[in-house]
Amino acid sequence: MKIVACIKQVPDTEAEVKWDIPKGALNREGMDSVTNPFDEFALEEALLTKENYDGEIVAITMGPDKAADVLRNALALTVDSVYQLTDDAFAGSDTYATASVLAAAIKKIGDVDVVFCGKQSTDGNTGVVGAFLASILDFSQLTYVSKVRSIDEAGKKIIVERAIEGGTQVVEAKLPAVVSVIKGINEPRLPNLMGIRKASKIAIPQWTADDLGLDKGKVGAAGSSTKVVEIAVPPPRGAGEILKGELEDIATTVVDKLIDLKVIK
Amino acid sequence: MANDVWVYIEHKDGNASPMSFEILGIGKTLAKDLGSNVCAFVIGDSVDGIAKDAIAYGASKVYTVEDGVFKGFRADAYVKAAQTLIEKYKPEIALFRGTSQGSDMAAAAAAKLQTGLCADTIGLVIDGGKLKMTRAAFGGNFTVTVVNEKAQTQIATVRPKAFAMPEKDAAAQGEVVKESVSVSEDSLHTKVVEFIPSATSVNLVEADIIISGGRGVGKAESFTMLKELADLLGGAVGASRAAVDSDWISYDHQVGQTGKTVKPKIYIACGISGAIQHLAGMRTSDCIVAINKDADAPIFKNATIGVVGDINVFVPKLIEKFKAKLNK
Ligand SMILES: Cc1cc2nc3c(=O)[nH]c(=O)nc-3n(C[C@H](O)[C@H](O)[C@H](O)COP(=O)(O)OP(=O)(O)OC[C@H]3O[C@@H](n4cnc5c(N)ncnc54)[C@H](O)[C@@H]3O)c2cc1C
Ligand SMILES: Nc1ncnc2c1ncn2[C@@H]1O[C@H](COP(=O)(O)O)[C@@H](O)[C@H]1O
Repeated sequence: MKIVACIKQVPDTEAEVKWDIPKGALNREGMDSVTNPFDEFALEEALLTKENYDGEIVAITMGPDKAADVLRNALALTVDSVYQLTDDAFAGSDTYATASVLAAAIKKIGDVDVVFCGKQSTDGNTGVVGAFLASILDFSQLTYVSKVRSIDEAGKKIIVERAIEGGTQVVEAKLPAVVSVIKGINEPRLPNLMGIRKASKIAIPQWTADDLGLDKGKVGAAGSSTKVVEIAVPPPRGAGEILKGELEDIATTVVDKLIDLKVIK
Repeated sequence: MANDVWVYIEHKDGNASPMSFEILGIGKTLAKDLGSNVCAFVIGDSVDGIAKDAIAYGASKVYTVEDGVFKGFRADAYVKAAQTLIEKYKPEIALFRGTSQGSDMAAAAAAKLQTGLCADTIGLVIDGGKLKMTRAAFGGNFTVTVVNEKAQTQIATVRPKAFAMPEKDAAAQGEVVKESVSVSEDSLHTKVVEFIPSATSVNLVEADIIISGGRGVGKAESFTMLKELADLLGGAVGASRAAVDSDWISYDHQVGQTGKTVKPKIYIACGISGAIQHLAGMRTSDCIVAINKDADAPIFKNATIGVVGDINVFVPKLIEKFKAKLNK
């Protein structure tokens, strides 16, 4: 079975976020970066799938030079191969352009059975790249997956559980499929020292727009239909009041204030 | 008409909740500013009732696609129908709710139409004839406004509760346009095997009142106290990641950056410190009540009402007083 894991590098949530306001893009230089938390679950699910069903894992990321770090981490976790999709022409890609680049790489890898993505990235936060990918590749679209029940490689079938509003939907789908996973599907493992040491010596192969046969006008800022026109810092909420006095009296005040909002029936 | 605003009405096996019609409200405002109409589109195996309700909630026209193949939501089947309609009528804007169904539909439809989208919008305005779409980025520390200049139809998903619910007017008049789109079962990739309703049925995203517990709750059993308060007020129970990671409550209750984004009218945070990742999921709640024994906890900087105290003492008092006031 051929498994692809799509992983993205995102700024550490604790890090100070810097925007390149004129460009409407993130200034990723000099920011602490980590693997997108949801993609750790995607990577772990790829590893579990390989262990349970055999096969090989290819991890891919689209991002600037520095993004090679997340692939090195994937190598330390013993994925079989990695590709960094990187080209100046990819900068400023919107969701569709990003998914187009990832889709081109998945096609180039070829004969892929399952693509694992995270539910969403913590920077872009859109949570739609997985669904875009499935739609572009015409693979089964399996989002919000909380459990992979079984994969039948010969029969080209996968059964998953999706955590959606109000309950769990069990879906049987044809392979190939794009599976985007939520937190809780597994417990991501940590790389061991030997893995880290080995990974540090491997050169990370890169694919450019030309390598992927992509028209530069169709990717990056040029190929994106959505454009950021304004970035703002929302006004702070502002602290309200801290109630003073005996807890007994405070409780009465809180109850009165909340009932006054006319939300409680 | 080419500059109409379309709103996708989601439903589950033919059942739409009032919230399914939520974004007809903002759709109508946008249509008014464009001098056009707000239209609904519904896909399913039997949707007459939903089409009528869409008119009552403000749609001037409803496009429906009905067929047995659309029984139960399947992204691939529904998207084929949506794509056909959008390509035929070329609306200016197509809005979807930012739910699992709405996001699946919007993304797959946008991909088929070869355009990007703006996800989880919290602001939508027409400015100089153009749609400006605002969303939160980085846990609400920034807002980003996006335009889509190239697409024939501009697609956005809308964060639940970001806009006011439209009024229902049973006497409203509108037209239903039946469309047929044929999708063969063989061409589809997926089959729904079953749906297992969740025992606790937490729908945090739609809840008007949320009582959330954090590490300060101390143990799994103490969540029953929060549940009692939630039941009393007709609300839902939320949690911080620390509470979820401690196995006191399941992940579907988690609020925050790696959990759910919620916007209730009342959010009561019990024993939650107010880490940036938690705030990311709840800071836009209308009224935030924070109960924490540490007067310096960061949550107080974002709370409408702060109570410095032990939740094990304070929450029982709240329950007792609400019971008395609400005669329950
Ligand atoms: C990538 C990433 C993603 C994350 N995603 C999320 C997320 O989605 N949601 C989330 O919530 N967190 C998330 N976190 C974790 C977040 O950083 C915090 O660790 C977490 O929110 C802390 O939870 P807490 O406030 O319950 O616990 P603590 O920070 O430990 O706070 C407990 C609070 O309870 C108070 N307390 C203790 N006992 C009592 C008592 N008896 N009465 C009253 N008050 C009491 C204490 O004073 C303290 O302020 C994420 C972190 C990372 C790195
Ligand atoms: N630049 C990227 N490189 C690799 N994978 C990505 C990239 N952007 C998004 N993804 C994948 O798509 C998922 C959803 O991302 P998003 O739609 O940005 O929230 C992520 O969890 C990743 O699995």
